[in-house]
Amino acid sequence: MPGRSSANSSRRHMPVEPALQMLAAERRDDQVIVTNQMSARLWLRMSDHPLDFNYNPSTMSGAVPFGLGLALAQPNRDVIVLSGEGSLLMSLGCLVTVVDSGAANITIVLLDNGMYEVTGGQKTPASGSSVDFAGLARAAGFPTVAHYRELDDWRDHAAELLAGRGPRLVWLEVGPAPDGVLTELGRPVAEQLQRLRSALAGPTDVCPKR
Amino acid sequence: MFSGPEIAETLTDLGVTHVVWLPDSELGKWEQDLESSPLHLVRVCREGEAWPLAAGLQVAGAFPVVMMQTTGLFESGDALRNVLFDLRVPLFSIIGARNWLNDNSRDSAKRFAQPILDAWNLDYQLIAEPADKPGLATHYLACRQSAIPGVVVLAEGVG
Repeated sequence: MPGRSSANSSRRHMPVEPALQMLAAERRDDQVIVTNQMSARLWLRMSDHPLDFNYNPSTMSGAVPFGLGLALAQPNRDVIVLSGEGSLLMSLGCLVTVVDSGAANITIVLLDNGMYEVTGGQKTPASGSSVDFAGLARAAGFPTVAHYRELDDWRDHAAELLAGRGPRLVWLEVGPAPDGVLTELGRPVAEQLQRLRSALAGPTDVCPKR
Repeated sequence: MFSGPEIAETLTDLGVTHVVWLPDSELGKWEQDLESSPLHLVRVCREGEAWPLAAGLQVAGAFPVVMMQTTGLFESGDALRNVLFDLRVPLFSIIGARNWLNDNSRDSAKRFAQPILDAWNLDYQLIAEPADKPGLATHYLACRQSAIPGVVVLAEGVG
């Protein structure tokens, strides 16, 4: 998309593609990954796993609740949700919902690029301010929260963080996606869901009441 | 209409595993009974969270029911659209219809309830009096068997 750049280009950030490659490298084979918006397109370049769900078409802010539903139904399986900050801003209350649900098997990886990327790079209400997403998560009750602007820091801590007490929120300040990514759509959603259902089926279906 | 023990027992007998809800003053009376039943009660901060959350539950093998007021149905229209019509996850919901039974009500939530249900092409069953109550189980089972979304509209008085 010509001219697309971070709405706040002076902010320090890591390139988004290697940041996600880090996650792909650390991802265990039994972990579910839910992506949406920009991350759904980019994730396609590095993973095609039966437990991937590229939530597209989506409802903005739907990825975290969808991932939470998976996590609650299958408490023995880790669910990692990639969300943009624009999506999260549409439903900040979902942080409270996650904590209240008691689910410890969910991680939100917040990809903060300082803009609404899929619509062309417009500012979000948080673009020009110093919104502390880590502080919001801590205030909501997330026991494990981290914030990185540098790829090396994320690389050094990713494994430890993803094994920490859940629910977890990892806030990554990232740059814009590479050109061409936003046109990549991947498998049709019906096919993805069928594949995900099959991959999730099994003895972990039955969830005891907490 | 339904007492708390009645709704908890009915949903449990139907095999429902989770109730994803943001209650109104009528549905809210069921809270203790739902919590003390085998059902998992999942609270959301805004109704738009309820549909994708329930979709995740259902895709992962659980049997959720979404519960909210008509006002919440209005608020969460885009999430409902996406989950029921894009993802095609056949969720079942129980919607409390504010002021449905109040003939003199000027509440716009009453006025728009039926047109909105129709606009979303939702297969709904109205429960307006005690004799209608078996319709909940009947409609739930029919929708589940056909794998289609379904709604039970619980007519409420002043709310």
